[in-house]
Amino acid sequence: TKCLVLADHDNKQSSDSTFACITAASKLGKDCTVLVTGKNCGSVAEQLSKIKGVSKVVVAEHDALENGLTENVSSVMVELQEANKYTHIMAGATSFTKNVIPHMAVKYDVQPISEIVGVQSEDTFQRLLYAGNAVCNVQSTDALKVMTVRTTAFDKAQPGPSAAPIEKMTPKTVDAGVSSFESAEVRKSERPSLTSAAVVVSGGRALKSKDGFKIIYDLADKLQGAVGATRAAVDAGYVGNDLQVGQTGKVVAPELYLAVGISGAIQHIAGMKDSKTIVAINKDAEAPIFSVADYGLVADLFKVVPELIAALPTPKSP
Amino acid sequence: MSLKALVAVKRVCDYAVKIRVRPDKTGVELGNVKMSMNPFCEIACEEAVRMREKGMIKEVVALSVGPKACQETLRTALAMGADRGVLVETDLRGDTDLQPLCVSKVLAAICKKENPLVVLLGKQAIDSDNGQVAQMLAAMMKWSLGTFASKITLSQDKKFVIVQREVDNGVQTIKCSLPSVLSTDLRLNEPRFATLPNIMKARKKTIEVIPIASLGIDPKPHMKILSVEEPAARKAGVKVESVQQLVDILKQKGFVKA
Repeated sequence: TKCLVLADHDNKQSSDSTFACITAASKLGKDCTVLVTGKNCGSVAEQLSKIKGVSKVVVAEHDALENGLTENVSSVMVELQEANKYTHIMAGATSFTKNVIPHMAVKYDVQPISEIVGVQSEDTFQRLLYAGNAVCNVQSTDALKVMTVRTTAFDKAQPGPSAAPIEKMTPKTVDAGVSSFESAEVRKSERPSLTSAAVVVSGGRALKSKDGFKIIYDLADKLQGAVGATRAAVDAGYVGNDLQVGQTGKVVAPELYLAVGISGAIQHIAGMKDSKTIVAINKDAEAPIFSVADYGLVADLFKVVPELIAALPTPKSP
Repeated sequence: MSLKALVAVKRVCDYAVKIRVRPDKTGVELGNVKMSMNPFCEIACEEAVRMREKGMIKEVVALSVGPKACQETLRTALAMGADRGVLVETDLRGDTDLQPLCVSKVLAAICKKENPLVVLLGKQAIDSDNGQVAQMLAAMMKWSLGTFASKITLSQDKKFVIVQREVDNGVQTIKCSLPSVLSTDLRLNEPRFATLPNIMKARKKTIEVIPIASLGIDPKPHMKILSVEEPAARKAGVKVESVQQLVDILKQKGFVKA
C-alpha cells in the first residue's frame, strides 16, 4: 500500500483528526505521505514530520490554499495523485476534509467511504449507518481507495524517534476560480477543544436559557473539561453551533462525558456513546440517556449541579 | 443557465423510527417502517421555495432517485411549493446499494438537461450518513461548492452567491460563482408544513419518471456491502442517590484530583 493523508490544520498546528488518520493509515502499511495545504503552514509540516508512521510530508503553500477552499485543495490532491499513484487516500473527518475527499474522488470515478471506524484489510472497512445504530462492513471495488476516518475510532499517532523528510510542492493550479474566501468567525475558548478534551460536560434544552447554560461552563471548569450541547440547545441559541454533539454535529469520545438535562435523542447519543464513562443528570428517570449512562442521577439539574460544583475542588492552574 | 433551482430529496426511514438490524445481517428492516423526506432535504426544499417566493428564481424542480415510492417524497416537496418533480427510477436500496457516486451522476445528467442556477441538497441523509453528493456533483459539473450552509444570499445580478457555512471551529463565509451546488445545515431555515390545500394542489403537479438506464448510468455499487450488524450495546449502568455519591465516583475514577 501507498497512503496519502490530507492534513487538517489551522496553518499553525495540526488538528487531532490528522493524528487519528495516521494511525488508521499505519494499519494499512508503512508508506504514509501526509499532504499539508495552506499558507505559512511550515510549523504544521514540521509537527507532522515527527509523528511515528509518517514517511514523508509534502507541503503546498499558496494564498489560494490558506482557507481550505474545496476546489483548490482538491486540484492539488489530484496533481499529487497523478504524480505518485497512491493506493489509498484518506483524511480524518472534519468539515474541511468532508468536502475535499469526495470532491477529489470524482476524478477517479471512485466511491469514497465516509468515516470508517475500523480497518479489516486493504479494501475492507467498517463504517456506521443510521447514526451508529447499525455497523456496516464494506468492501471497496475501486482500484483507488478513498476515505475519511472517524477521529474517535482511532488512537492519536504519537511523535516517533526520527523526523520524516519535508518536501515542498509547487502545484500547477491552485485556484479553480469558482469560489473565494470572505470571512471567518472563529470561536476561541480558554477551554480544551470539544473533540480532544478528556472531559466533556454537555447541556440540553432543559438548561432553559443562555444564562441557564452558565452552570455547564462552571461545571466544565471544575473538571477542566470542554463544553458540549445538544442540537436543541444550539437551535434555541443557548450556545454556538460549534458545540453541537451528535450525528450531525461533532462526534466525541472523551474519558468522561457528563450529560446534564439531556433526554438522549438518537442523534445525540450517536455523537457521544463511545465515551469511556458516561454520567447523566436528568429529572426524568425514564429518559433514554440513562440507558447509555454508566452512572445516572435522577434529580433537578438546577438543584444538583450547583451542589456538584460546590462539592468539587477548584483545579490548580497549571 | 436558467432561473431554476434543482432540489434533491431523499426518501429515508423517518427520523423518529428506532431502526432494527435484520438477524441475517443483510441490512436494516425497512418493511412496514414509516418513511419520510430526509430532514436536511426538507430544509433544502424550503430554501428553494423561499428563493422563488422572493423572486430570485422562477422555478423549483424537485428530484428524487430511487424506487416508485419516492413519488410520495416528491409529492411532499410539491406540496411544500416545488413546481414539478422528476423521479429517476431504480430499485436499489437507498440506505446501502444506491450510493453517492451514482446519485451524483444522476444529478449531473439532470443538471445538464435543466441548467439550474443553484442546486440545493441536504448535507447528509440520516440513513446512510455518507454526506458526499453535493461535493461530488460540484466536482462533476465543475461548479462551485458551498456545503453546510446556514445562510444563503443570491446576488441581485445572479453572478454569485454568498454562503455562510457551519464549520468545526465556528462560521465561515465564502463567495461562490453561479451556478453553484449548495448543501444545507440544520439552522438554515425551518421547513414549512404542507397545508391541506397545498397537498391537494400538489396532486395536479407533474412528476416525470425516468428509468436510470435511459441516462446511460450504471448504478452498480462500487462499495460492496458485506454485512450490516447491531452495534455492541453499552451495558446498563447504575443510578446514584446523591451528589456526594457522584463526587465519590468521580474521585475514585480519577476525574477529580484532590
